[in-house]
Amino acid sequence: MDFALTEQQEMIRKEVATLARSFSLDYWLEKDRKHEYPWDFVKAFARAGWLGAIIPEAYGGSGLGVTEAAILLHEICASGAGTSGASPIHFYVFPPMPVIKHGSERLKEKYLPKIATGEIVMSFGVTEPNVGSDTSRIQTRAVRQGDRWVVNGRKVWNTNARNATHILLLARTDERDPKKPLKNLTLFFTEFDRAKITVQEIEKLGRAAVDSNEIFIDGLEIPEENVVGEVGSGFYHILDSLNPERMLTGIEAVGIGRAALGRAVEYAKQRVVFDRPIGQNQAIAHPLAMAWAKLEAAEAMCLKAAWLFDHGQPCGAESNVAKLLGAEAGFEACDVALQTHGGYGYAKEFYVERLWREVRLYKIAPVSQQMVLNHLAEHVLGLPKSY
Amino acid sequence: MKIVVAIKQVPDTATQVKIGGDPKAIDTAGITWIVSPYDEFAIEEALRLKEKRGQGEVIAVSLGPDRVKEALRSALAMGCDRAIHLNDPAWANADTLATAQALAAVIKQEQPALVLCGRQAIDDDMGAVGAQLAEVLGWPCASWIMEEAVDADAKSVRVGRQVEGGLEVFDLPLPAVLSAQKGLNEPRYPTLKGIMGAKKKEIKDVKAGDLGLTPAAPQVAVKNLEALPARPPGRVIQGEIKDAVKELVRALREDAKAI
Ligand SMILES: Cc1cc2nc3c(=O)[nH]c(=O)nc-3n(C[C@H](O)[C@H](O)[C@H](O)COP(=O)(O)OP(=O)(O)OC[C@H]3O[C@@H](n4cnc5c(N)ncnc54)[C@H](O)[C@@H]3O)c2cc1C
Ligand SMILES: Cc1cc2nc3c(=O)[nH]c(=O)nc-3n(C[C@H](O)[C@H](O)[C@H](O)COP(=O)(O)OP(=O)(O)OC[C@H]3O[C@@H](n4cnc5c(N)ncnc54)[C@H](O)[C@@H]3O)c2cc1C
Repeated sequence: MDFALTEQQEMIRKEVATLARSFSLDYWLEKDRKHEYPWDFVKAFARAGWLGAIIPEAYGGSGLGVTEAAILLHEICASGAGTSGASPIHFYVFPPMPVIKHGSERLKEKYLPKIATGEIVMSFGVTEPNVGSDTSRIQTRAVRQGDRWVVNGRKVWNTNARNATHILLLARTDERDPKKPLKNLTLFFTEFDRAKITVQEIEKLGRAAVDSNEIFIDGLEIPEENVVGEVGSGFYHILDSLNPERMLTGIEAVGIGRAALGRAVEYAKQRVVFDRPIGQNQAIAHPLAMAWAKLEAAEAMCLKAAWLFDHGQPCGAESNVAKLLGAEAGFEACDVALQTHGGYGYAKEFYVERLWREVRLYKIAPVSQQMVLNHLAEHVLGLPKSY
Repeated sequence: MKIVVAIKQVPDTATQVKIGGDPKAIDTAGITWIVSPYDEFAIEEALRLKEKRGQGEVIAVSLGPDRVKEALRSALAMGCDRAIHLNDPAWANADTLATAQALAAVIKQEQPALVLCGRQAIDDDMGAVGAQLAEVLGWPCASWIMEEAVDADAKSVRVGRQVEGGLEVFDLPLPAVLSAQKGLNEPRYPTLKGIMGAKKKEIKDVKAGDLGLTPAAPQVAVKNLEALPARPPGRVIQGEIKDAVKELVRALREDAKAI
């Protein structure tokens, strides 16, 4: 067993931290206030080659694993960029994964190099308004017509749709079979055709910089060659996105927690009330210490899950646990940080309130805490399915 | 064109420096080490020179303990072609002159057309190594440069040096030593490909003996480090504005002797 990062991973950690920290907390506050996409940030990461981190070298990327992607996203979040910084970057990590693992040679040659440079901006269309967490019941329908598929339906919470050039889309291609409810769904990677897709933005609690939307798909035509993997097996292919997505969002939440905790600790050393720094009171110090301990544990879980994925081992339970514990630890750290700041925690200029709003997301998306516990209860503990 | 860049590894600018158990040194526990920021300007300039000329070699050199490898790796990740690590316990207490002598010895072996360094390292702020190095080599030197232009056949370099209110322009025959001032350029961030490539580039370990050197006793030695005295608390002058202003002026004049 070896818990040490390799020399290269350590360097990745340090260089990402340096680049991410060149964008100030005021930059992010401004993006949040003005509701502006952080293009400068994304372009800086594109220029330095980070968007191609997991794209194989043969297609212009660096061929690294999810472990390195986890380090990348953790450091982005820990810089204080939060979800506003992590979301635009993580779209370059998990949506391409099924294309890399299951896409045809033609699809890979056509798209992966442009993903690696950032020329392609992606969105990820799974969730639908009427079916929620029950992916087996999605209604967006793709019908074959000659050498193309024609898609009609609705997706919700489609992040990045305002700027996306492409979408990884899950659609039904045959009736739901109650015996195999997750079959008969097909995965497409295709151009985001604005003549056929209408985008309606959702105003939300946090991460105003990065849009999430309801999208209405009306007669979107997709060439046959843009099917990822096998027709009807889309859900199984997308698992290669969903597991990385879970461990990566888990470690993002940890990173956000660290950013907030760091600020809170500095504040607790400096803020003097009742003739002493507030950090001298155990009521302040212990929750901060506990938050740190939980972040450490959650991070270890995320990296374990990433290690399993990178070694081609089953990682369903671990990915879910990574997301579960990361979201809990990240939220707790942000909440404790906000509390430590007293009234100032509530003020925007102390930065923690934005992190607190952003980190709340991870208990809901990409999969809710309850659905993680359902998974563990049923598939790890062998308890009867409750729903 | 062959260029040597001399770099130093220093504590991160955000480090709260504490004096160690040995009062001659700082406590290095928990310190994040970086390449001294002025040295990054030097690296960047060397890389741009190489890129502009379409050929050449950039070699990063640093003197210091094992941890300095990390700084050299960063230089390689930025794009330097190879690195030389002057790593020997004999240099543990090297002052600026001993450092300059060691660098000069390695530079004589490499015979570059140009040596670049930062105007000073941000830890000790001595700002002496560049000039001493030029002296030991017997090469011309320009410090705090804001711009440079090497002529087509790499025989001379024109530099602009920052002086009060303007630039002082010099022509130096090559080889020469230049030290970089902030504003010379905007250093690049290493790319991911650069980071991955850095692993495969050479870092050569060099001991004093390999250069035929026996470092002499340092001419400058640290006797003791002392923390700055704590700042005395401020004083709030109470009372009517009219009286308070009078008291403030009196205190500034008589107590603080500031006006
Ligand atoms: C900001 C943001 C960005 C997003 N980006 C994307 C994106 O880019 N692409 C995409 O496809 N999706 C995206 N999502 C959607 C996200 O994945 C879903 O919101 C999430 O999976 C939960 O689904 P739902 O919102 O439909 O909740 P529902 O499924 O309606 O669930 C509502 C509540 O009921 C609980 N619940 C449901 N079923 C059970 C059960 N059987 N047992 C116990 N509790 C249950 C849930 O845990 C939850 O608390 C995003 C969401 C947000 C908020
Ligand atoms: C939106 C908003 C509206 C407000 N409106 C008003 C208003 O209209 N009028 C008004 O007068 N005030 C108002 N306040 C101020 C509010 O009452 C204070 O923010 C609150 O009392 C906390 O004080 P503080 O912010 O100075 O925190 P601090 O006293 O600095 O405390 C910081 C943290 O340290 C903890 N702490 C401090 N000392 C100890 C100790 N000995 N042991 C354990 N923990 C300790 C605190 O619990 C807190 O978590 C408002 C605040 C907000 C955010």
